[in-house]
Amino acid sequence: MKKIIANKEIDVNEEGYLVDFSQWDKEVSECIAGECNIVMTDKHWEVIEYLQDKHHKEEALSIRGIKKSGVINIKEFYNLFPGGPLKKSTLIAGIPKPKSCI
Amino acid sequence: MESKVKKMLFILSKATIENAYAAFVMANGARMEGIESEIFFTFFGLEAIQKKKLEHLHVATVGNPAMHIPTMLGGLPGVEALATKMMKKEMEKLDMPPIGEFLEILSDSGCKLWGCKLAVDMFHLKREDLIDELDGILTIGDFYSRADQEGCQIVFI
Repeated sequence: MKKIIANKEIDVNEEGYLVDFSQWDKEVSECIAGECNIVMTDKHWEVIEYLQDKHHKEEALSIRGIKKSGVINIKEFYNLFPGGPLKKSTLIAGIPKPKSCI
Repeated sequence: MESKVKKMLFILSKATIENAYAAFVMANGARMEGIESEIFFTFFGLEAIQKKKLEHLHVATVGNPAMHIPTMLGGLPGVEALATKMMKKEMEKLDMPPIGEFLEILSDSGCKLWGCKLAVDMFHLKREDLIDELDGILTIGDFYSRADQEGCQIVFI
């Protein structure tokens, strides 16, 4: 389905996740973050870049991976993206929601 | 859709590895979905938060029909250790953290970890025998009072 995000028509799935990463840009990110009541800071962008990099290398995302990432610790991660950090951060990063239970 | 579950409260009463992981995966899964979670360790569940014991939990090979080995064999020396080793290997493949690291992840994720007062007294344990991440030692009444809002669920494992 289509959704207007940052005045652009973007393809998303029923949960709002982008289905075509080529449609992603920082404005889209900021707009989605706004819907989640998150104001993006440099630290947020650092995490988003890390997640996108992992996704492009086809490496699975998990909370354990965040712990080992060296980019951010788990406590900060929960503070930056409250209410389900991996779910929210991947939504903002324009990549699919992780399927893992851990 | 928003979940109607707001807080998951787990009581872990057993120290077999499969039961400890069941509690940990569900408690962590709750936090990942923005749901509050807490674990109350009682009786043998306390083994999972004792510094000296937590990395030595075993899978039960006796009285566990799902192991698909005869009970007599399951009781032979070394069988439990071997089955545990195999299970840990499979868990590592799925990137499941060992018990100690999992407890750190849970604590950092905001999952509250509690020891049961009665069981701590019964096993003559001291605070320093238990992991540093522990949020405190509670009576069961104290733990019930943690179910303080609509949408709380208590699960006994």
